[in-house]
Amino acid sequence: MIDNIPLNAFLVISTLMFFIGIYGFLTRRNLITMLMSIELILNSVNINFVVFNHFLYPNQLHGHFFSLIVIAVAASEAAVAIAIIINIYRNFKSIDVENLDQMKF
Amino acid sequence: MSSYAYTLLIPLIPFFVFVFVGMAEDKLKGKLGGLIGTTGLGIATFLSYYTAFKYFISDHVAGTGYTSLKAFEITWLHLTDKLTINLGVLIDPISVMMLVVITTVSFMVHIYSLGYMEGEKGFARFYAFLSLFSFSMLGLVLATNLFQMYIFWELVGVSSFLLIGYYYEKPSAFSAAKKAFIVTRFADLGFLIGILILSFNTGTFDFKELTNPHGVAIASMGGAAFMGLSVITWALIFIFIGGAGKSAMFPLHIWLPDAMEGPTPVSALIHAATMVVAGVYLVARLFPVYSQTGPAALEVVAWVGAFTSLFAAVIATTQTDIKRVLAFSTMSQIGYMMLSLGVSKYGGEDGLGFMASNFHLFTHAMFKALLFLGAGAVIHAVHSNDMNDMGGLRKYLPITHITFLIACLTIAGIPPFSGFFSKDEILSAAFESNKILFGIEYFVAGLTAFYMFRLYYNIFWGHDRHYHHTPHEAPLVMTVPLMILAFGSIFSGFLPFHNLVTSDGLAFESHIDWMIAVPSILVGVLGIAVATVMYKKENALPDKVAASFSFFYRWAFKKFYVDEFYLFVTKKIIFNYISRPVAWFDRHIVDGTMNGIANLIVFVSFNIKGLQSGRVQQYAFVFVGGVVALVLIFVYLA
Repeated sequence: MIDNIPLNAFLVISTLMFFIGIYGFLTRRNLITMLMSIELILNSVNINFVVFNHFLYPNQLHGHFFSLIVIAVAASEAAVAIAIIINIYRNFKSIDVENLDQMKF
Repeated sequence: MSSYAYTLLIPLIPFFVFVFVGMAEDKLKGKLGGLIGTTGLGIATFLSYYTAFKYFISDHVAGTGYTSLKAFEITWLHLTDKLTINLGVLIDPISVMMLVVITTVSFMVHIYSLGYMEGEKGFARFYAFLSLFSFSMLGLVLATNLFQMYIFWELVGVSSFLLIGYYYEKPSAFSAAKKAFIVTRFADLGFLIGILILSFNTGTFDFKELTNPHGVAIASMGGAAFMGLSVITWALIFIFIGGAGKSAMFPLHIWLPDAMEGPTPVSALIHAATMVVAGVYLVARLFPVYSQTGPAALEVVAWVGAFTSLFAAVIATTQTDIKRVLAFSTMSQIGYMMLSLGVSKYGGEDGLGFMASNFHLFTHAMFKALLFLGAGAVIHAVHSNDMNDMGGLRKYLPITHITFLIACLTIAGIPPFSGFFSKDEILSAAFESNKILFGIEYFVAGLTAFYMFRLYYNIFWGHDRHYHHTPHEAPLVMTVPLMILAFGSIFSGFLPFHNLVTSDGLAFESHIDWMIAVPSILVGVLGIAVATVMYKKENALPDKVAASFSFFYRWAFKKFYVDEFYLFVTKKIIFNYISRPVAWFDRHIVDGTMNGIANLIVFVSFNIKGLQSGRVQQYAFVFVGGVVALVLIFVYLA
């Protein structure tokens, strides 16, 4: 079934997801939303892995496994990031990224 | 041939004492540090005497000469297969003789200081430094090669520096220490250059190879000439500069009078008996090289020695600080030794000067240490160095008085005291070689007798001064060394040096030449007589004499303005025309470049610090922008 869909369609989807993620990361002020944007970026990469694996090397599984690793890393990253965000909230009573600019000269 | 390996202990014991006492200085209460140091040196003294007995008597096969042998040697630094630096112990007549001299005087000084330095701050430190000095000096005389000698030569300089500056709170003491160190260090530069030239041409540092008169080393010398003298002669002259610095020969003598700022026992040990004769020892050690390949260098040695002995004797007649009189007298006597080496030739009776020099070194160590320790006892009693503060002390200090008188008679060359014998040999050697040098030394002999008795009468005769308290004789721990050294001064002249310490190791016949001895006794007596007339009872005569020679007297009193000349050269010329421009260059050009770079970085970073805004999204934007830019570059340009 998947073979009926052309490769470019997947790539368009993943590119869109990637830039939506970048856009979100650069423009949203809420830390949680920024985290969600990062997830979008990661997942667009995952799509690329899986799709290229399928179309280019149908007999191998490297791309699949790589995307599994990315998912695992994304999960741990989310855990750490949320822990940091909670601590930030406790200290600043806010998770607005505009307020968090103490780390400068 | 039995083993001499134990001789390694002779320098090592003082070294371990130095480490121990130096480390545990604060913990050693009272005299404990001193007692440890004295015990250690006592053992070393005993071993030295045993070595001397073994080498000169029990191991010696009658009728043969004394050979030099290596008791111990290790490779300390292996640079290439041809170039190694060794450390070891060399046993030969002069090193064994020096062992006896050094340990005897050092041991006496150790005992004496138990009384003299009592209650001083840093008593244990003093003993640690004394041990360091003894170690260095013993290592110096036992050196198997030139480089080891150089190492210990510097160590001796350091310990001398530490001991002169013992009262480091006193500005005059530490400036004297600095002066001594800088002057001798400057001379040592000559020594090093000499070592390098000599070793480059001969391919060895080793004394045994170097001084073997039939060996390869001496035969291979010669070579290129520079300014009319062979390269080896230049090397030997440079080495002699090092020796002249340590031995306070003119014009490198300026540190010795100032070195009297150190405690008196130190002056006795270092600046009279042992360290200052290191230069003589150096020339004696390399004597075969000097006499076989560099007679011109030997001539330099002779003339420098003769001039210094005259120069110092003249100054000594005018000084009033008793330790300075003794310091100039030391210079004068070392001048004798140098002269004697300078007029000597190698082998047999021609080597009379060599023997005489070592003989005089030996007797001089005894009587000059005695004079200094006696002066120390006087200073201990009246708390002043100036002879104008002294007079009539013979009633209060009977033992010091008698021993001091013996030492004065010895240095004046009155028989049967030891100084007579050694000085007579020197005068004979000079007479056979050069009549002018003989004339100078003959005159200096009279001058010596005069200034020593001027000192003696000023201290012990005349009327009492106003003393703060009645002067009292020094404790037994100080007077016993005086008596032992007086014994040495009287009897060491009977040692058969011409059988023991000769230039080629073989004994030769020596006898007192009365044609020279009688006039030299007469001139000594004349000197004493003049001093007696002028100084025994206080009268106006000395002032009249001084006034009639007023110009000359003032020059001598000011030590011929040599110090002022050095100050002029260093302060006015070197400082103004070399140091100041160099300092300006350093401050403005070198530092300026560095400061300029630093200032530029400060300026730049101050201006770009706004980039670090702390806003995460701004950073991310720059990052993404950068990635996009790179992608564009790689896609469209590469």
